[in-house]
Amino acid sequence: MKKGYFGSYGGAFIPEILHETFQQLTAHYEAARNDPAFWAEYIALMENYSGRPTPLTFAANLSAKLNKKIYIKREDLNQTGAHKANNVMGQGLLVKRMGKTRVIAETGAGQHGVATATMAARMGFECTIYMGAVDVERQRPNVFWMQQLGAEVVPVTSGSQTLKDAVNEALRDWVGSMDNTHYVLGTACGAHPFPEMVSWFQSVIGSEAREQILKLEGRLPDRVYACVGGGSNAMGIFQGFLANKEVELIGVEAGGKGVHTSQHAARIASDDATDGVAQGYRTFFLQDKDGQMLDTHSVAAGLDYVGISPILADLHVQGRVRFIAANDSEVVAALKYLMKNEGLIAALESSHAVAGALGEMTDMADGSVVIINLSGRGDKDIFTVADALDDPGWKQFIAQKAKQYAGESS
Amino acid sequence: MEKLIRNTDKKILLMSHLVLGYPSMQANQEVIAAMVASGVDLMELQIPFSEPIADGPMIARANQSALDNGFKVREGLAFIAQTIKKHKIPFLIMTYYNILMAYGVEDFIKEAARIGVKGLIIPDLPPQEAGQAISWCQEHGGGSLDWIQLMTPTSSDARLAEIGSKASGFVYCVARKGVTGKKTDFGNELAQFIKRCRAATSLPLAVGFGVKSHQDVAQLANLAEIAVVGTAAIKIHEEHGAKAVGEFFAGLR
Repeated sequence: MKKGYFGSYGGAFIPEILHETFQQLTAHYEAARNDPAFWAEYIALMENYSGRPTPLTFAANLSAKLNKKIYIKREDLNQTGAHKANNVMGQGLLVKRMGKTRVIAETGAGQHGVATATMAARMGFECTIYMGAVDVERQRPNVFWMQQLGAEVVPVTSGSQTLKDAVNEALRDWVGSMDNTHYVLGTACGAHPFPEMVSWFQSVIGSEAREQILKLEGRLPDRVYACVGGGSNAMGIFQGFLANKEVELIGVEAGGKGVHTSQHAARIASDDATDGVAQGYRTFFLQDKDGQMLDTHSVAAGLDYVGISPILADLHVQGRVRFIAANDSEVVAALKYLMKNEGLIAALESSHAVAGALGEMTDMADGSVVIINLSGRGDKDIFTVADALDDPGWKQFIAQKAKQYAGESS
Repeated sequence: MEKLIRNTDKKILLMSHLVLGYPSMQANQEVIAAMVASGVDLMELQIPFSEPIADGPMIARANQSALDNGFKVREGLAFIAQTIKKHKIPFLIMTYYNILMAYGVEDFIKEAARIGVKGLIIPDLPPQEAGQAISWCQEHGGGSLDWIQLMTPTSSDARLAEIGSKASGFVYCVARKGVTGKKTDFGNELAQFIKRCRAATSLPLAVGFGVKSHQDVAQLANLAEIAVVGTAAIKIHEEHGAKAVGEFFAGLR
């Protein structure tokens, strides 16, 4: 197989001006991957800075209600509250090796932007975050934190002004700034080596989960569920079990208002996506007959994206990973259910994995062992979650707060 | 295209660029006529794409605006076919690979050849991925449809040689790092880069990215066979209309 390809997917479809930059990045990545000291440094940093290993929590109440053994991998306990930390800290160490001094990143909801800004603060890099102007409006709290952490946040006004446009804008920065700048791509997408490299950093999730479940249950799980936007948390946990065919791996995509409507972001679990090349890689994209990317929709901004990791595209074609979609309403119900029964506040993205798993419980024999990857926490996204729950008390509070601020400024 | 380019007594040729459907195909028609009348020698017609990663903000916005106005690839190709019939200069298509994929790569190349397009510029399909497309250009174009390669200042000499070995027609030299439409210093560094390009290919060289004045073109005349003018012309069209674009090109050389 050609380097950087997974079946027919992946590759590096980049402007020539970036060719040498990708060569250099690939060389550094490969050297790091072959150097056990690099991984040891990475693990030590994640233990000390991000609280790894994260627990595999036994969901005792859910398990009793549903007659299964349900475990939850707690990526929500990472620094900045999501698995994104695994990727940015890994790339940060690589940036040091490359001797670069500035990092740029795209962000949708702001999670990856905040994670990158913390990494830049910790490691002493300059930091610029590209964020769709629409997202800047919607996700003010994350913009606030990025700025407090010392990052410059650039609102992107081109295209649909969301995540994919932020990716394009970050690439535009990079074609001029590559000498001192590294682009910290946030998910297992983009041109080679990003899909493979990001998956490698995220594989820490799967390695831990495998060891933990063997210790707790003495056997591998029957099923593993993860939500899939770009696909980095899913790649992270799936890698712990890929070699064991008896473990069923399920990716849950954003069904939005339903995969039969035009308002969703399900690439594999709908019939709408087709083979294409954009943003540097080949995969299944939600696009029209001319090859123009479509607008996507999800209650979870982090899953609201046109493409999917080329590695997952290939695992789908191979039949190794099964894909389903959870609709916005199922996701909100799952978020509430997990809060009430286990006291865990999942991010809306991660609640897709919970919804997907809950929806399939009746297909499984009693006593089946299930792992759900809880990729991030929801309490820090209080504005978004409160919107999704349509909470009247919260709205009243915000209206009052707005009045108070209006009074201060007049 | 090499013969066409060599067969001139002009000091340097001008290649202009425009985004189809921006602001409308009607307006495109007027601008093309004005450009041809003012002596533009070759023209790049860009088929809009929703993810134009190699373009600067100005051209990216033009792409999006054309799509918002309902631009369709098949209508664009029909427009190109008409344009080629009407004007004698060589026309090239610039677009991104996904447009070809969605159309069918071989079908797209066949259609381009059939309507008389002289070259394809696809900035996100690097040489190592373009082998099949290049042979389709040769097969269906019968020597008159060139796959235009791009050389950049960041490319190593070895990489330039590889690109040069696959080039035909002319080579598009990207004058500097960064995206389209920003300021370029046409000084020593550029001369050094062009020297490296010459060592890698015997084909004519086109230099683009940031060309916007008579002085820029005069400086390039000693270095290259073709000066490429893109963003500057779009800006003038936005601010002053099609006639001003003609005057702008007439004054460049």
